[in-house]
Amino acid sequence: MNREVCITGYGLISPLGETPEAWWSLLNDPSATAGLVESDAYAPFHVVPVGDYDLASQVPKRGDQRAMEPMMQYGTYAAGLALEMAGLKDDEDLLGETHLVVAAGGGERDWELDQQILAELPGHNDRGAFLNQQLADGLRPTLFLAQLPNLFAGNISLIHKVSGSSRTFMGEESAGVDALRIAASRIRAGQVDICLVGAGYNGSRPDMMFTYHAGNILLTGDMTPLWQRPDAGIVPGSAGAFLVLESRERAVARGVQVRAVLGDVKSGRSHRREGAAVANARQQFGSLHPGIRKGEVGILSGASGFGPVTGEEKSFLKEIAGELGGAPVRGTAQACGHSMDAAFLQNMVLAVSMLERGAICAPLADAPLETAANDVPVSQYLVTSWGHLTGEAMALVEKADA
Amino acid sequence: MPDKTKPIAITGIGMITALGRGVAENWTRLQNGNSGIHLIERFSTEGLRTKIAGSVDFMGEDPLTIPSHSYSMADAVVDEAMGQAGFAGNGAFPGDLFLAAPPIEHDWATREKLSAQVHMGPKSYYSDHGPYEAAPRELFDHHRDFMNGTISDRIAEKHGITGSPITLTTACASGATTIQLGVESVRRGEAPVALCVGTDGSINEETLIRFALLSALSTKNDPPEQAAKPFSANRDGFVMAEGAAALVLEDAEHAKARGAEILAYVYGIGEAADTFHRTRSHPDGEAIIRSISGAINDAGLSPADVGYINAHGTGTQENDKMECFGIANVYGDAARRVAVSSNKSMIGHSLTAAGAVEAAFSVMTLRDGILPPTINYDEPDPAIDIDVVPNEKRAQQVEFVLSNSFGFGGQNVSLVLGHADA
Repeated sequence: MNREVCITGYGLISPLGETPEAWWSLLNDPSATAGLVESDAYAPFHVVPVGDYDLASQVPKRGDQRAMEPMMQYGTYAAGLALEMAGLKDDEDLLGETHLVVAAGGGERDWELDQQILAELPGHNDRGAFLNQQLADGLRPTLFLAQLPNLFAGNISLIHKVSGSSRTFMGEESAGVDALRIAASRIRAGQVDICLVGAGYNGSRPDMMFTYHAGNILLTGDMTPLWQRPDAGIVPGSAGAFLVLESRERAVARGVQVRAVLGDVKSGRSHRREGAAVANARQQFGSLHPGIRKGEVGILSGASGFGPVTGEEKSFLKEIAGELGGAPVRGTAQACGHSMDAAFLQNMVLAVSMLERGAICAPLADAPLETAANDVPVSQYLVTSWGHLTGEAMALVEKADA
Repeated sequence: MPDKTKPIAITGIGMITALGRGVAENWTRLQNGNSGIHLIERFSTEGLRTKIAGSVDFMGEDPLTIPSHSYSMADAVVDEAMGQAGFAGNGAFPGDLFLAAPPIEHDWATREKLSAQVHMGPKSYYSDHGPYEAAPRELFDHHRDFMNGTISDRIAEKHGITGSPITLTTACASGATTIQLGVESVRRGEAPVALCVGTDGSINEETLIRFALLSALSTKNDPPEQAAKPFSANRDGFVMAEGAAALVLEDAEHAKARGAEILAYVYGIGEAADTFHRTRSHPDGEAIIRSISGAINDAGLSPADVGYINAHGTGTQENDKMECFGIANVYGDAARRVAVSSNKSMIGHSLTAAGAVEAAFSVMTLRDGILPPTINYDEPDPAIDIDVVPNEKRAQQVEFVLSNSFGFGGQNVSLVLGHADA
C-alpha cells in the first residue's frame, strides 16, 4: 500500500507571529525581522523570542496554562491552530483516531533555584545534605511534569483531547524530521489515517544556553548574516509548529480542504567526517530528484548557523540550486533564529503556507546563495535540515492541486 | 506487500538490571525471586524519605552521568542482542534503531564543574565568575554528550545504522514504544530488521526527589528488598531503578532464510492516549482497556488465549488498581484464570527501560515455560482479585504473553508476544 499523504491543517507560533499573513509580511521585510532579535536579555548571546500571543484562546483553563512552561505552551497553542484548520477541533470521534507524533526535549528548569544552589554548593562542607534539602524544599512537583518531554504531547492530549496515541521523539533537529517521517510512513502504509505531528522549542532559556555554550556554538558579537558566521553561530529561536497529516482517502471522505501534499521525507545520519554529510544529502537529493519540477521549486533550509556545518550545507545547497536551474534558497534561521527540535517542522509549515500563495519570500540573508525569486510560481518546496551535530534530512512538499 | 498485522520475530535479546548483567543471570535471579533493591550509595540520601533504589552500580563509568550511564548500559545490551541475533561485528545492521532514553540533563556535579569552566558573562546564568569567554575547545564533546540524540547516534555509528536513529520517550511506556515502532517498521517492509532498545541510568539526587515530591516512591527503606510490593494492600509506591534491554526484531522469513533462531514473536501491539489527567488514568480505565484490547485484537486473539500478563505493576496504589480494573474489564469471567505478575517487585521500576526489559523477560517466559513471581506479596488487596503468581515462580507453558506499560502523560502501550512455535 502506498497512499498519498495530505496536509490538511497547520499551526505555527514563532517570532514571526501566528498567521500566514504575518509570516509572509515579516519574511519579506528584513529590517522588521532584524528588529525581532533580542540581544540584551542573555548578552552576550542573542535570541529571537516569541512575542505576545493569546494563549487562552487555545488553552482556556488557567490550571492548564500554569501546568506548562513556554515550550509546552507554544506546542499546545500551535497544535490547537492546526486542529482547528483541519476541522478536527472538538470533534471527539475524529480526535479519537488522531495519532500524535511530536519532537520535544526537556522542559525548562527553575534556573533561579539552580543559581541559588550553585552559589553555595562549591566547597559546601555538607554537600549532599545541603543539596537534598535545597531540592526537596525548592522544587515544585508541577515543575517536574512540565520538564518531562512526553508531557509536551501529554498536555496536547489532555487539553485538545487527542486520544489516538502519543509518541515523543527527542534528539534535537532530527527528532522533528523523524516525527514527520514516521507519521507519514504510517499513513502511507495504511497503519493509521490521521496524525497530528509537531514540535516545540524555547530558545530563551538560560539553562540551555549553558549547555550550548559549553560547545561554543552560540553566536556572540554582531548579528552577522546566517551564511557567514564563524564556529559559534547559532542564535536560538523559539517555536511551536504543527501539521495535520492524513490519507487522501480520509481527507476526501470527510470533505476537508487539502492544503498541500507531502512527498518523501528522507532522514539519515552520517559520521560527519569530511564530506560525509554532503554525500548523505546528495543521495537524498538523488532519490527525490525525479519528483522535483525544475523552475517551480523553492528550497527552505534549516541551517543552524553553526559555522563548520552550515558552511558545508551552504556549498551543497549552492550546487543543487544550480542543478535546479537557479532555485531560490532561503535560510529561515536568519529571520527567526534556530529552533532546534522545532526548526524543521516550522519550515514545513512556512513552506505549506507559501505554497498556498504559490510564491517564495524575498531573500532573507545578504548572500549570493539567496537569489531573488524567479517569476515562475512556486509549486514545490524542498525543505532541508542538517542538525548542528548530526542528521541530514530533506523532504518534498507540493501544492495541493499541482 | 506489507501485512498490517503479521507477527514479527524476535531473534536477539540483551539485558541489564539491578539483578545483574546479561539475560542468563537476570532470568535465573528473577525466577528465584531475588530482589535487586538496595540502599542508595551513589549519593547522600540524608534528609530524604526514600533511601533505596534498584540502581545499576557495576558498569564502572567515570564520571557517572545520566548520558554516560544510559549509554554504557545500552551499548552492552545491544552487543548482547546483536551477538545472539548474529549481527555482531557485521558493521552494517540492515534496519532502523529505536531507542528509549531518559531526557538528558546535567547532573549537579557536572553543573558545578562546568560553571567553573564556562563563563557566560554578567547577564547570563550559572556562572558569574567574570566576563564572557569562549568555552574551551575540549568542552565541545561535553556539549555533544548532553544532547538528547547522542546515545542513539553513538549506537548507530557503532553498528553501521545509516537511517536516522530515533530517540524517544513515552515516559514509563517508552521501552514498549520502541518495540511498537520496530514492529511497524518491519511490517511496512521498510527493512527486514529493527533494533529496539530501552535504557535508563537516571538515578541521582534530583530525579529521586522529583518522584518523591509526586508521592510516587515507596518509603519502606528497611529492608530494601521488601519495599516493592505490587498488588499488595500495603503497597506504598514504586522503587526507582535502572537498567536496559535490547531486542532485535526481524521479519520471520528473513530470519529463517539466514538460519537465525527465532526466540519468540511479537503478535500484537496496542496503544492509547488517556486525556484525563497528567499523572492519573481516567477512573473508567478507558485508555488502559483500549490499549490491552488493541494489542489482543491486533494479534488476532481473544483474551482467553493470552494466559499470562507481565504487568506494568509498579506498586503504586493508583497503577495497580487501575491496571487490574482494566484486565478484569477486558478478560471478563476469564480474569480469574489469567496469571499476572510484576517483575518490578524484584527489579524496581526502570522507567524508560522498563517496557523493553519486561518484553525481554516475557520472551524467556515463553521459551522456558516459567512465570516469574510477584514477590513481597503478603497482604492481598481485596480490591485486586487476580492471580499474581505470589512469591514463588510457577512452571506453566503459555502460548501468549501480554506485556503492559503505562506512563505519566496518558501513555498506554500493550504488547502481545507469542511462542516461537506457535
